[in-house]
Amino acid sequence: MKIVTLVKHVPDATADRTFTADNTTDRAGVDGLLSELDEYAVEEALKVGDAGTDVEIIALTMGPGGAEAAVKKALQMGADSAVHVVDDSLHGSDALATAQVLAAAVTKIGDVDLVLTGMASTDGGMSVVPAMIAEYLGLAHVGFVGELTVSDTAVTARRDDDAASETIEAALPAVVSVTDQINEPRYPSFKGIMAAKKKPVETWTLADLGVDSGAVGLDAALCVVREVTKRPERSAGSVVTDEGDGGTKLAEFLAAQKLI
Amino acid sequence: MTTPLELLSVEHLLSEEERDLRDAVAHFVDDRVRPSVADWYEDGLSSSAVRELALEAGKLGLLGMHLTGYGCAGTNAVSYGLACMELEAGDSGVRSLVSVQGSLAMFAIWKFGSEEQKQQWLPGMAAGELIGCFGLTEPDFGSNPAGMRTCARRDGDDWVLDGTKMWITNGSVADVAVVWARCADDGAVRGFLVPAGTPGFTAPKIGKKLSLRASVTSELVLEGVRLPSSAVLPEVSSLRGPLSCLNEARFGIVFGALGAARDCLAAALSYVQTREVFDKPLASFQLTQAKLADMALELQKGYLLALHLGRLKDDGTLTPQQVSLGKLNNVREALAIARECRTILGANGITLEYPVLRHANNLESVLTYEGTSEVHQLVIGQALTGQSAFS
Ligand SMILES: Cc1cc2nc3c(=O)[nH]c(=O)nc-3n(C[C@H](O)[C@H](O)[C@H](O)COP(=O)(O)OP(=O)(O)OC[C@H]3O[C@@H](n4cnc5c(N)ncnc54)[C@H](O)[C@@H]3O)c2cc1C
Repeated sequence: MKIVTLVKHVPDATADRTFTADNTTDRAGVDGLLSELDEYAVEEALKVGDAGTDVEIIALTMGPGGAEAAVKKALQMGADSAVHVVDDSLHGSDALATAQVLAAAVTKIGDVDLVLTGMASTDGGMSVVPAMIAEYLGLAHVGFVGELTVSDTAVTARRDDDAASETIEAALPAVVSVTDQINEPRYPSFKGIMAAKKKPVETWTLADLGVDSGAVGLDAALCVVREVTKRPERSAGSVVTDEGDGGTKLAEFLAAQKLI
Repeated sequence: MTTPLELLSVEHLLSEEERDLRDAVAHFVDDRVRPSVADWYEDGLSSSAVRELALEAGKLGLLGMHLTGYGCAGTNAVSYGLACMELEAGDSGVRSLVSVQGSLAMFAIWKFGSEEQKQQWLPGMAAGELIGCFGLTEPDFGSNPAGMRTCARRDGDDWVLDGTKMWITNGSVADVAVVWARCADDGAVRGFLVPAGTPGFTAPKIGKKLSLRASVTSELVLEGVRLPSSAVLPEVSSLRGPLSCLNEARFGIVFGALGAARDCLAAALSYVQTREVFDKPLASFQLTQAKLADMALELQKGYLLALHLGRLKDDGTLTPQQVSLGKLNNVREALAIARECRTILGANGITLEYPVLRHANNLESVLTYEGTSEVHQLVIGQALTGQSAFS
């Protein structure tokens, strides 16, 4: 079974976030890493292999130079090989263009049974790319999966929301995004770290994928960031002192904020 | 602001793989050691906690990481050193667990054992499912192991061991003890693999320790312990056996001790920013800065020394005298740094809320085991003068 996991290279969320003049994320000087939410997708793919299925796992990323760091972590965890789509004209691409490029890469990889993704990237956090890729590929999409069983021909997926859980079955090939509840991603072992160096990483350009460079990038983006403002500094909270009426005061506070 | 080790821009002296392996250990320590270490220290590390920790360490690949085959990761020596440094930034006791398992017990079997012995023990030890200990020191013979009284006598095809070993890390937890004994018939020193539970063999825990409390230390008592001939390590019959194992572990300590020092210095650096004395941050006083500068300097010198020795080891040219130099300097300086940091933290420094006194107390053991400072001075003195001053 051939599984593609989508991995994104994101700026370290613990570092200060800044933007360049064209309102895109400033990646210079900030350490990048594998978007944490994608680790769940990699882990889920590895678990399919652990359960006895013969799997080939390919980590796919699109991003500027440096994005190899994201695939490196996936390879260290146990993915077999990686593809890095890099092209200057991709700068500033929106979700739609990203999905188009990644879908083209999945097609080029060929004979893919399952595409596994995280539920969102930890930087953009839009969660739309998996569904868009499925649309481009004409495949079924199951999003926000909390439990996954993969057979030779189908996936069975449980999705949880506050009120109810539903179980959905989709025929393979399919695109599945998983939540951070689905598993606990393994930490790479020494053997994994050392083996990763020897695993193949291919670099593809838009030309390799047959995607028109005019259809992607900042100029083609349908979704435009007009302005970026910093979140205001947190103001000091109010302290409720309990003088026997703490409960009432808390309730009044919450009511005043229209929280209850 | 910069960190003590960034001052000299030493990061590029490491390969990407060395950095990745180091970071994996740092993550392990943050995850599995730091949250519990104060409790382990206060209560004494329990045997079940040792087992759990060994399994976690085995999963990562820490145990016997620099050995090849038999489930070992097969990293280079520098990576092993860096791992020790990260572990000891957590606690010297945790580093000791890994040192004893990998560099003493596993190394002895890997280097001097038969193929059957390696197959029987090493994969389980690498995975952390089996724990080993290393018994050389005796109640009356520490720095001078040649005087050992533990004796092995032939009885038909069997061996019978009698004697006592002292201060043995992991002794009470171990599934197998590597015990060094003098053989009655030819006077040679040989290593024996003594499985836990062998009749006549007990390993009582040593209590009331004020140092290395997050580590199990034990006595090994051997009373007429009968072992088959397959229990002896076939490939060595002199003190060279145990001493070459110690040289491996000692190399790890050259890096390890710096980890404890770095952790102390990090605690002190953060403390001086927030602690105000005489209406100003402690960091703004010249006396404080002089202390910090001197400590950062020693830390970096020690790190460069350790890295240099690591590169020599990977080239296969490292000598025991050079390891002595590294151990003498780095443990001595680490202990000085830990104590100095303790002064900076004032009364807070004596608690387990902060790591400084815990590290300082641990380093007292590290100063003594794997060859005391004095013994290393004598090794270096002999190298310089050609004269042995041991006796
Ligand atoms: C926590 C802990 C864990 C340990 N784990 C192990 C283990 O797993 N396995 C093991 O085999 N051992 C272990 N040891 C023992 C350790 O290796 C010995 O304590 C060490 O070798 C010193 O021996 P000693 O304590 O008998 O001191 P001694 O040898 O009695 O030394 C006492 C003092 O005399 C000095 N001295 C000795 N000889 C000379 C000389 N010729 N000239 C000048 N000064 C000298 C020493 O430097 C020291 O200051 C451990 C010790 C500790 C504290």
